[in-house]
Amino acid sequence: MTSAQPIVQMQGISIEFPGVKALDDVGFRLFPGEVHALMGENGAGKSTLIKALTGVYRPDAGTVLIDGEPRSFHTTADAQAAGVYTVYQEVNLCPNLSIGENVMLGQEVRGRFGVNWRATHRAATEALRRLGLERLDTRKPLSTLSIALQQLVAISRAMVSEVKVLILDEPTSSLDASEVEMLFRVIRGLREDGVAILFVSHFLDQVYEISDRLTVLRNGQYVGEHLVSELARAELISQMIGKDLEALTSLGGDRRTAPRDETGEEPLLRARELGRKGAIQPTDLDIYAGEVVGVAGLLGAGRTELARLLYGADRPDSGTVELHGTAADIKSPVAGLANGIAYSTENRRDEGILADLTVRENLVLSLQARRGWAKPIPRRQQDEIVEHYISTLNVRPPDPNALIKNLSGGNQQKVLLGRWLATQPELLILDEPTRGIDVGAKAEIQQAVVDLAETGVAVVFISSELEEVVRLSERIVVLKDRQKIGDLLNGPEVTAQQVVDIIAQHGVEAAEAMESELEELTPTTGEGGPA
Amino acid sequence: MTSTLEPQVDPAVEPPPETWTARLVRKITANPSILPTVAAVALFVGMLIYGETAYGRIVQYSTLSNLLINNAHLIVIAVGLTFVILTGNGGIDLSVGSVIAFSSVAGVMLANAGWNPWVVVGLMIVFGSLFGLLAGVLIQWFDVQPFIATLATMFLARGLASMLSTQPQRLDDDSPIRSLGTRIKIIDGPKVDDLVITPGVILTILVVAAAFFVLHRTRTGRTVYALGGSEQSARLMGLAAARTKLFVYVLSGSLSGLAAVIYTSRLGIGQNITGIGWELLAIAAVVIGGTLLSGGYGYVLGSVIGALVLGLMTVLITRDGSIPPEMTTIITGGVLLLFVLLQRAVTRSRS
Amino acid sequence: MTEPKTTSRGRDLLHRPYVWGIAAIVLLLLLNTLKDPGYLAISVHPESGNLVGNVIDILRASVPILMVAVGMALVIATGGIDLSVGSIMAVGGATAMQFLSASDDPSSAGASAAAIGLALLISTALGAVNGILVAFVRLQPFICTLIMMLAGRGIAKVITDGRNTAAESDPLRWIVNGYVFGFPFVFVLAIGIVIAVGLIVRRSALGLMIEAIGINLEASRMAGIRPRGLLLTVYIFSGALAGIAGLFAVGTVMTVDVTQTGYLMELDAILAVVIGGTALYGGKFSLGGAVVGALLIATLDKTVLFLGIPSSASPAFKAVVIIVVCLLQSGHVRRRLRRRRSHEAPPGAVPADETQKQEAVV
Repeated sequence: MTSAQPIVQMQGISIEFPGVKALDDVGFRLFPGEVHALMGENGAGKSTLIKALTGVYRPDAGTVLIDGEPRSFHTTADAQAAGVYTVYQEVNLCPNLSIGENVMLGQEVRGRFGVNWRATHRAATEALRRLGLERLDTRKPLSTLSIALQQLVAISRAMVSEVKVLILDEPTSSLDASEVEMLFRVIRGLREDGVAILFVSHFLDQVYEISDRLTVLRNGQYVGEHLVSELARAELISQMIGKDLEALTSLGGDRRTAPRDETGEEPLLRARELGRKGAIQPTDLDIYAGEVVGVAGLLGAGRTELARLLYGADRPDSGTVELHGTAADIKSPVAGLANGIAYSTENRRDEGILADLTVRENLVLSLQARRGWAKPIPRRQQDEIVEHYISTLNVRPPDPNALIKNLSGGNQQKVLLGRWLATQPELLILDEPTRGIDVGAKAEIQQAVVDLAETGVAVVFISSELEEVVRLSERIVVLKDRQKIGDLLNGPEVTAQQVVDIIAQHGVEAAEAMESELEELTPTTGEGGPA
Repeated sequence: MTSTLEPQVDPAVEPPPETWTARLVRKITANPSILPTVAAVALFVGMLIYGETAYGRIVQYSTLSNLLINNAHLIVIAVGLTFVILTGNGGIDLSVGSVIAFSSVAGVMLANAGWNPWVVVGLMIVFGSLFGLLAGVLIQWFDVQPFIATLATMFLARGLASMLSTQPQRLDDDSPIRSLGTRIKIIDGPKVDDLVITPGVILTILVVAAAFFVLHRTRTGRTVYALGGSEQSARLMGLAAARTKLFVYVLSGSLSGLAAVIYTSRLGIGQNITGIGWELLAIAAVVIGGTLLSGGYGYVLGSVIGALVLGLMTVLITRDGSIPPEMTTIITGGVLLLFVLLQRAVTRSRS
Repeated sequence: MTEPKTTSRGRDLLHRPYVWGIAAIVLLLLLNTLKDPGYLAISVHPESGNLVGNVIDILRASVPILMVAVGMALVIATGGIDLSVGSIMAVGGATAMQFLSASDDPSSAGASAAAIGLALLISTALGAVNGILVAFVRLQPFICTLIMMLAGRGIAKVITDGRNTAAESDPLRWIVNGYVFGFPFVFVLAIGIVIAVGLIVRRSALGLMIEAIGINLEASRMAGIRPRGLLLTVYIFSGALAGIAGLFAVGTVMTVDVTQTGYLMELDAILAVVIGGTALYGGKFSLGGAVVGALLIATLDKTVLFLGIPSSASPAFKAVVIIVVCLLQSGHVRRRLRRRRSHEAPPGAVPADETQKQEAVV
């Protein structure tokens, strides 16, 4: 199945963007006839590495060898001509065109009178045949197919001319279990044909099911390459999130250990069956005043989605929320704020800061929004609030009139934190508040979280860094694949390793369950008709 | 690879070759974008029937002739605008009316000054291409929103036309350019009810045919549709996205120049106030014809029908006599708004 | 990504064009003075005691532009555009003229007030239609204001039955043409209106919220701002101010010209706003800058006339200025000027992840 010579070899690849080193001396090998998974958390450098391979970025250092020859592509067309195809997470096809046209776009069969559609559609069917889809009516619009089939159509584009390397970037994010199986059957078939397949996914179980080998990246650095059969899940997770087993088991700080329900307190917020299709399955959650609830899980687990539902940024499809025992209808951020909830978004650049406004304006924005346009906060009060948060959170430079876009990421995050704190929420949800900021700012924000909880505010703390979650939380909610799989009280004996095990173990059980389910499924069962 | 998977595909034998009626029906029902155009045709036919029953003497050769002759220029700019709007992402060309003004004034002045008339015709088209090129460059390379870029070229063309002359420029009576406006009788009907066309109309038909060919049989045309479907996807699929976007604006400008030729040859006059408001008429024609403002869906034939609908509307209003002419702009605006809202409702329900 | 620290005021984009606008005005006035050294002279009219001079003329001419520019600044700040201001001007003027010409005693205070009130009512209503289409139906601003631009002219024509209605009304005539302490009253009134709008917008949180939704609609929504009411408000403002501008425009000659009143005014408004430092893509706006821009355009118009260039040519010049401003404001140009990663792939290959949540860690 695998031959001796790698078809793709990347050595010493480094790419630097202003302010951040996206890839630092990374190496990578891909052999024909294998499925190779590229693993790493957000910001690890996976997509950058792929772009370096396909010519979207040119590396600052290092070489790319295709079939032993050094190559550098300038456009995606170059890469495609060399047999390297990428299929992205968002199906990059044109839904308004027909299926056949999408397959052949750019390579239509042309005759004397322009495009020969009959021949083009025939060629499309031939390309689809390699994936077993030759029965599709290629003249129908692409939009009539489900996302899963659209993905396969995207893959079939590679079949039109010879494909040597097929890169699948998060191909299963929008697929359900049976659609994933369909995709995997196609992948296995291609592997048998000798195609080298690079599979990027954060779904551990799928990686374990389909891949032969994997490479782990972390913070732009190469961590290791392994045979999937020789790497335990727990080991993989710890490689991805950056601490070795010993470090994971070390603890710090004391946390309250008495279970909340025993002290007879009513939860501040009680969510039952709160869910949204495609984002998070119906989930129950209780949050008590003054407690820090950590939400742990890997990328795609549904943490942000759950947070957005609580705040009202998205509308739930199901479930109820009660605040202080009375039902609350939270359908918009305005409602969330009015109910004493605040949410600091994961993506501060796109959903957080108002880049061209000053620190002052960003700080008072939500408080002002709550008051309405007609009641501006008096200047003196503004000054007090702004001074207070600049100093408590140690925003640097301490200039209220500086434009927020000129501050470092850490300081921007602090200003945003100040914005939410200024609304004096009862529940503050922080989504990745320490991502991409310097160590000092990180510590300051973590301390602010602890102090906040002391004053009786409930804090929901979402972070990809498990050790941070374990250190700060009194309770840890574990999410995986859009489901809540664990809700445990923190304590001296709880370790990040435990959380890792919960995530890892859940997959194994689920995979075993799914396998037995699949055996019972008859081959003709499928979704009824095109979507 | 053996086929073991059975997705939502009929596990029957290869479907039998289609009859053309079955193909037509399937095309209409399966393809969501044909429906609005069919609706436009239905609207046109409906208006014909209404006009005939209410006023009489509508469904006859002379009406059709006048409809074509008087709206030929509008059809041409509507075709150009179709290309632009199909590319989506806010694609629009607000300069069409002003470019016609400039082209016609400049053309008449050059022709009267003794330049070779056919060179003048060519130049009139080229002037349009240049305006289109300017807009296209602003849009493609400088990230200017299409409506701003073409608003600027609209004012530029209008201003330049006024700089050339604020008085109507009358084309010499013996200019060969006027020959493009000669009326050719095709069918001699009773009394004045004849089917008459002009070379201008023939040109228009050729333009429509060429546009149809380009959009449905060339890679450039398919790229236009692809851009409207998803510009990012078009780029990633390796299509010549930048070149095609530039092309549609140059095309729209060139067709505006050609429309100036057709219009001027019929009227014999070039004036700086020509074409005020025509961009809106062209947009209305395209929208009524079933092309989505958001791009990706639509047909040139639809835009032709849309232009004819607008032309017929004017005829009916004049024939009716009870509606003051000032109301026509309001009615056109209202109809356009209605169709835009309809489009919005349809796209919302689809997603 | 940190950008180089700017000065503490940090409002480069606003201050620099503002200053350029004033410089351009000075330049144009100098140009005129070259042709006629006495151009800037202001004298006192022997009989009426009013100030007379070219500069006074410029101030009076700038008044309608001032009004629409202020409205346009608010609309553009939200990331939108209002192409219908010229047509709404015509509607406002037509309403007033038609009402007065049909009234028994047009010179009475009551009739004048009613005429003005009616004009304002209708133009505000038209602005509200735009606002509803943009804010609630979520149509693109350019298409619905483009339709209103067309339909508005039609409405004006319907109001006057296609005629260029003239009317006599001493109060209205005085407002627009009269002098107070020798100075044109209409200019004082216009500045007063601008100051009033400025106070409303800057003394309340309205200005901040308008800027916020123009800078980043999603972030503003997440911060608890309600975009819809704000969007409706700015279009209503724009309509109302266009109505006032229409009254000022017809008041000078006490006639409405249904095709010419307000014709191409939207161009002047956009230009004034953009010269004044508000970016076309929305965000921070400057009313003071819009005032400078309006004065500049009035100066430009008068200069063109004074130098003997046909006035119908000025749209061409203004278009060139808009194009130049677009080039300067274009993100593409800015990126190129900053000479980003020289070895990035050519524009043909666009990174797919730019639209996805993943981002290079900042």
